[in-house]
This record gives sequence, C-alpha cells and structure tokens, in this order.
Amino acid sequence: MSDFDWGVIARSWSFLAEGMALSALLVVVATIGGLVIGFGLALMRLSSNRLIAGPAAAYVTVMRSLPLVLVLFWFYFLVPLAIGRPIGSLASALIAFVMFEAAFYCEIIRAGINNVRQGQTEAGLATGLRRSQVMRHIVMPQALKAMTPLVLNQIIIVFQDTSLVYVVALHDFLTTASIVAARDGRPTEMYTLVAVVYLIICLSSTKALEFYRKGRAG
Amino acid sequence: MNYRWNWSILLQEPYTEWLWSGLQWTVAISLVSWALALSVGLVVGVVRSLPSGILRVIAGIYIDVFRNIPPLVQLFLWYFVLPEIVPETIGLWIKRDLPHPEFVTAVVAIGLFAGSRVAEQVRAGIEAVGNHLMPAALATGLRPMQAFRLVVVPLGLRAIVGPLTSEFLVTVKLSSLSLTIGVLELTAQSRHIENYTFQGLEAFTVATIGYLLIGLCVTGLMRLIDDRVGGAALRKAGS
Repeated sequence: MSDFDWGVIARSWSFLAEGMALSALLVVVATIGGLVIGFGLALMRLSSNRLIAGPAAAYVTVMRSLPLVLVLFWFYFLVPLAIGRPIGSLASALIAFVMFEAAFYCEIIRAGINNVRQGQTEAGLATGLRRSQVMRHIVMPQALKAMTPLVLNQIIIVFQDTSLVYVVALHDFLTTASIVAARDGRPTEMYTLVAVVYLIICLSSTKALEFYRKGRAG
Repeated sequence: MNYRWNWSILLQEPYTEWLWSGLQWTVAISLVSWALALSVGLVVGVVRSLPSGILRVIAGIYIDVFRNIPPLVQLFLWYFVLPEIVPETIGLWIKRDLPHPEFVTAVVAIGLFAGSRVAEQVRAGIEAVGNHLMPAALATGLRPMQAFRLVVVPLGLRAIVGPLTSEFLVTVKLSSLSLTIGVLELTAQSRHIENYTFQGLEAFTVATIGYLLIGLCVTGLMRLIDDRVGGAALRKAGS
C-alpha cells in the first residue's frame, strides 16, 4: 500500500479547479441547450402529423440507445467535416452533450405535457381560449410542475455524464485529476478525491431532491 | 461537407474482424456485468426492503455510494486504485496474474454500479406490491417473513420486468466505458478504425447500428418475458 500524500491535492488545486469549472460549464450548456432543443422535439413528437412526429421519435430512440461515448466520437469527427473546419474538442463536446441530453429532456417534457389530462385542453378550448393560449396558460404550468423534479434529477445525471469527456481528452475534473495522477504517480489520492467530490455533490443533490419531492407530495 | 464515404473499407481485412470482435466484447461485458448486477441488485434490493436492521442500513449506504459516483470514476477506482491499496501480494496478483484483468475490472465496476440501480428497482417493485398484498397475506395466516418471502418478493420482482429491461440497456451502454482501460469493445474498435483509415464515420455508423440491434433484440425478448411472467401477465391476471 502506498503511503498517502494528500499534499499532491494542495499542489494541483488550481489545475483541478479549472477541470471542475469545465465540468460545470458542460452541465450548464447541456442543460439549457438540451431543454430548448428537447422542448422543440417534444412539440414535434406530440404533433398529429406523422411526418413531423416520426423523425423526432426516431432521433430520440437512436440517441437514447447509444452510449454517450459513441455520441461524443460522432460529433468529434462529424462536426468538423460537416462545416469544413476544425472546431476543437470543447465545441464538439458541447454540441454532442446538447444533442444527446435533448433526447432525454424531450421525453421528460413530453411525459409532463401528456400528464395533463386531455379534458383540461378541451375545457380550455370550450371557454373560448385559442390553442396557443390553452398551452401557455393551462397545460404548461401544470406540466412544468410535474417535470421539475425529473429535470433536476436529469441535471444530476448530466453532471455525472460530464466525466465521459475524458475520451475526447477535454480537461474536465476527472481528466485533470488523471493528468495529475500520472504526472505525480499518485492515482490513489487523485481518484479518491474525484470520487469523494462527485459523491458529496451528487448525493447531497439527490437527497435535497428527495426532500423537495416529499415536501411537495405531502 | 466533402467527406468521401467509403463503405468498402469496412469489408477489408482486418476491419471487419475488428468490428465483429468489438461487438462480441460488448455483448460479453454487458451479459456478465448484467449477471453480477442482477445478483447484487436482488440481494441488496430485498435487504433494503426489510422493515429494519443493520443490514438495511448497509444496503442503503451501498446504493447511495454506488449510484452517486460517476461510473467512469468507479471504473478508474477499481483499475488504478484498488491494486495500490490492497496488501502487496494481492495487488501484484491483480496486476500480473489475473486473467483478462481489463475485462474483469470492467465487469466488476459496471456490474456493481448497475447493481445499485437494479437494487432501487427491486425495492420499488417490492414496495409497490407490498402495500397492497402484505395485509392480505397476513390475513391468510402467513407469518410476516413468510408473507414477505412467498408473496411480496416474487410478485414485486414480476412487476419490474419492464424497468429491468431499461436497466439492462443502460448496462449495454455502460460497457462502452471499458474502452478507457483498453478493452477493445465496439466503440473502441470503431475509434480504432478511424485512427487507421480516417474513415471513422462508416465504422461509427456500424457501431451505432450494433447498439440499436442489441437494443431491439433485448426489448423484443423482454416484452416476451413480460407477457409470460412479468407485469403484463400480472395485469392480465388481475383484470
């Protein structure tokens, strides 16, 4: 057993913090972008026109059955080819994350909207509101309420997923730690640190979310 | 986009071979880690549903810890950290004498992560059924442990065949993580082909189709099982 040397963390702190900042950036961009595109996809899927609903459904099915690692590779190689110039691994990873998470947010949003009973829409229309008004004033407020815990849960998953950008050599928290681990020959300390930090952040968020759910249910 | 698609590259030696062996590794890792996940998840999930006791607390800690550390980080802990912190002889054995060390590590890491998710499903299934059936089972004269063992657990497990399908597909996707420790599974092989030929998109397409096919097979098979013994059969019997 190697002797622990926690000093290695103190010495590399600023580098690790940069990695953490990148992980945070990925979470924010993936969540905002994923929600926006996911909302569009959900509206497409809810359409009664098959030509609109079909492609959105196919997109969601494909994305949800692929490992994120493969999706990262797809965009890493495809985007530069599609636009004809290199864009760097950060931009391609951001695009991959947004497009990947959009499929998951789409399903959350769609389920939230479906959750609001059809009768409510009919009642709204009967009172003389237009379809867009029904959507804005009656369906969406209720759907949002049902969606919120699921979206928050998905954000925790996105945060865990950010560790996968390791495969395209982006310096997120895990990758910075593994660089330090290799440089200083200290895998034990570095990977334990990463595990503990993720555990604290994810576990406290999960528990807070459970608490919030119970509070709303009771 | 001026990419020159060249599908014939995939028919050349050794690339067909690579993709095929990658698919086999993906399936092997998925199946073996799923077996581990199911066994661990069943035990932990049942223990977690017990009314009280120290075991219940331990099961809860396992679930919380393993679900809240990203699977890739867990894989690195098993691969890089474990050999360093166990006694030296065991560490050396892991590094030198363990057959297929990457495969075994990947299976343990993915299996235990997926196991924590399965455990949550099992607990949810048991809870969902238990609330209705426990009083009825007790009224027939069974003792609480008998009612739990003979009625609640079997029916709870049947109710979650559907959700377990999604968990298996999550496990298939997780198998891709093992490329980071050098297992040449499907995603790794397509990356490998891109390195050699610069015709990666063809290889990635084939990998994509591979994952879709696995998903389709699993969903079909599980729907069959669900119809026979699972939640669908339960609902039919109930109606």
